[in-house]
Amino acid sequence: MEHLIELKDVYKIYHMGDTAVHALDGVNITVDRGEFVAIVGQSGSGKSTAMNIIGCLDVPTSGSYHLGGVDVSTMDDDQQAEIRNKMLGFIFQQYNLIPKLNVLENVELPLLYAGVPSGERRQRALSALERVGLQGKHKNLPSQLSGGQQQRVSIARALAGSPSVILADEPTGALDSRTGREVLAFLQKLNAEGDTVVLITHDNSIAVKAKRIVRLQDGRVIYDGDAHDPQALVQPGEEETQEVGQL
Amino acid sequence: MNFSQSFRLAVKSLMTSKMRALLTMLGIIIGVAAVIVITSLGNGMQKMMNDQFDQLGANLIQVQIWGRGEGSRTIEPEDMYALAEKYPQYISGVSPYVNMYQTPTIRKGTDEYKRTSVYGVSEAFYDASRNQTITGESLVQGRFLSYVDVERYQNVCVIGDYLNQELFQGGGLGKTLTIGGTPYQVIGLLEQKADSTEGSGDDVIFLPYGNALRLNASATVSLYLFTSTNKDASAAAKGVIENRLFKTFQSSDYYMVMSSAEMMDAMNTMMDTMMVVLVAIAAISLLVGGIGIMNIMLVSVTERTREIGIRKSLGGKRRDIRSQFIIEAGTTSAIGGVLGIGLGVLMAQAAGALVRGLMSSSGGGEFNAIPGVDSVAIAFGVSVAIGIAFGYLPANKAAKLNPIDALRYD
Repeated sequence: MEHLIELKDVYKIYHMGDTAVHALDGVNITVDRGEFVAIVGQSGSGKSTAMNIIGCLDVPTSGSYHLGGVDVSTMDDDQQAEIRNKMLGFIFQQYNLIPKLNVLENVELPLLYAGVPSGERRQRALSALERVGLQGKHKNLPSQLSGGQQQRVSIARALAGSPSVILADEPTGALDSRTGREVLAFLQKLNAEGDTVVLITHDNSIAVKAKRIVRLQDGRVIYDGDAHDPQALVQPGEEETQEVGQL
Repeated sequence: MNFSQSFRLAVKSLMTSKMRALLTMLGIIIGVAAVIVITSLGNGMQKMMNDQFDQLGANLIQVQIWGRGEGSRTIEPEDMYALAEKYPQYISGVSPYVNMYQTPTIRKGTDEYKRTSVYGVSEAFYDASRNQTITGESLVQGRFLSYVDVERYQNVCVIGDYLNQELFQGGGLGKTLTIGGTPYQVIGLLEQKADSTEGSGDDVIFLPYGNALRLNASATVSLYLFTSTNKDASAAAKGVIENRLFKTFQSSDYYMVMSSAEMMDAMNTMMDTMMVVLVAIAAISLLVGGIGIMNIMLVSVTERTREIGIRKSLGGKRRDIRSQFIIEAGTTSAIGGVLGIGLGVLMAQAAGALVRGLMSSSGGGEFNAIPGVDSVAIAFGVSVAIGIAFGYLPANKAAKLNPIDALRYD
């Protein structure tokens, strides 16, 4: 069967003056439909670079990346934009809502760029808001909502375009632990309903909410397997494994 | 990309910082207002001048003769009549038109008038079939000068409405007044032409040109008025008159032939040129305004780097981002243009009223400084075009931002 996400031998090399930094150093990751994968690693491990490449925000220096069977590693700016629009739903740490647009307009944005006509756009955006439990808030500005609500708006925005992959980059990073738990529970619920979720985090206690963990260190995959395997949480170089269940 | 959303977003961001928006638009506002004022005043001036020409007769041709040439070459009124008879297809009328070197005093009893225009003309000056003189006056009562009056130097005259009202309380026909000491009988009354005040077009006397020459103590007619059959024939009429005069004088130094149509064209060309120059100067302000918009748009792109990143991450393509910022710049300058048009119309009205006030004392025509629909449309179009042109660079900068960098921007 064809994989939904398939990174093959991916390198990403940045040149800082004379030295070449291997942010990704031959990474192979595959994700299938319906999976809930956490990509974990400390800062500098290459997880942000991996997220940029999986999110079609960047292209690898070498290697190939197939998303839904299509090679996206050689696409130009606008082609990538179209892939992001059709296949990917982003959830960011800082919510990244546009402050001047109201909630509905924010959720409508990906549909707007997809060229969905206004009536259908509104209807789909409203149903996405309903799915995250924010019905009746669609006329509010983001600044009038709490952090948890704003993050739910951004989830609704990610869902509105019916993407193949939901890509969550430290989605709980700016939230208190209780709302953070709610957001994670919601991602689990989405996954249970059939959505593919890729979660990027540095935090083991969040990573364990996923079904599968891919651990990166120094641009290499050092673990790829079941999230409940104790080995998944071992961060080499640390004295002991991190406490689980802090949240 | 969705135009209406970009437009609403643009209006929204203008509304959130009104002061900044106003300052951004100021260059456009001033530029557009200046263009509107200039074109309004220019149009008003041109229209007024054309009206005055029309009143004077657009078919009029003036022939000025100021020399005798070699020997004793001269032109007699009969030569001019012969010319008119020879070319009826071009020339519909001709008459000597003798100005007074020194305005004679008009007297009736103890009343004295010193500003009256007195002209010596022939019977051909008046066309009975159209009840109109060459310079456009009409008779209301009595008759115009006849061939016999002119031939015999009869002391008869036709007077304007002002004199008729002032000297004779409207019943001047058959009465007598003195011109430069000589008694003249009034044989015709002219219809009111201007506002019937002293020195206006109604303060006028026509008498036989021979009599006028005597008052001037001169022997030859130095000014003739011709009318061409229509405006288009005026160039041809001018041509045949010039040929005839050259035949006599063998040099073009002793006469000058001017047609109203030509003068009107020359005047209009001059006005147009002047207006183009003034508008070009005013347009510099539009240019500066455009640069102001570009400046603010560059600031706006930097301020909204993160928004651009978000939009790109959600699938906004380069042209989506570009058109959003171009629409925003265009909206800014369009609003500036509308405000400028409003301001310009108000200022043109004020300036028009001022000019009207200054001119009514000198008895000029009606002056209205009303901007043409075309100049308003052009002003609006140009301001939008400026916004789009100067918005392109910042918009392109926004469109080319790297989404990763833009998302990380604080």
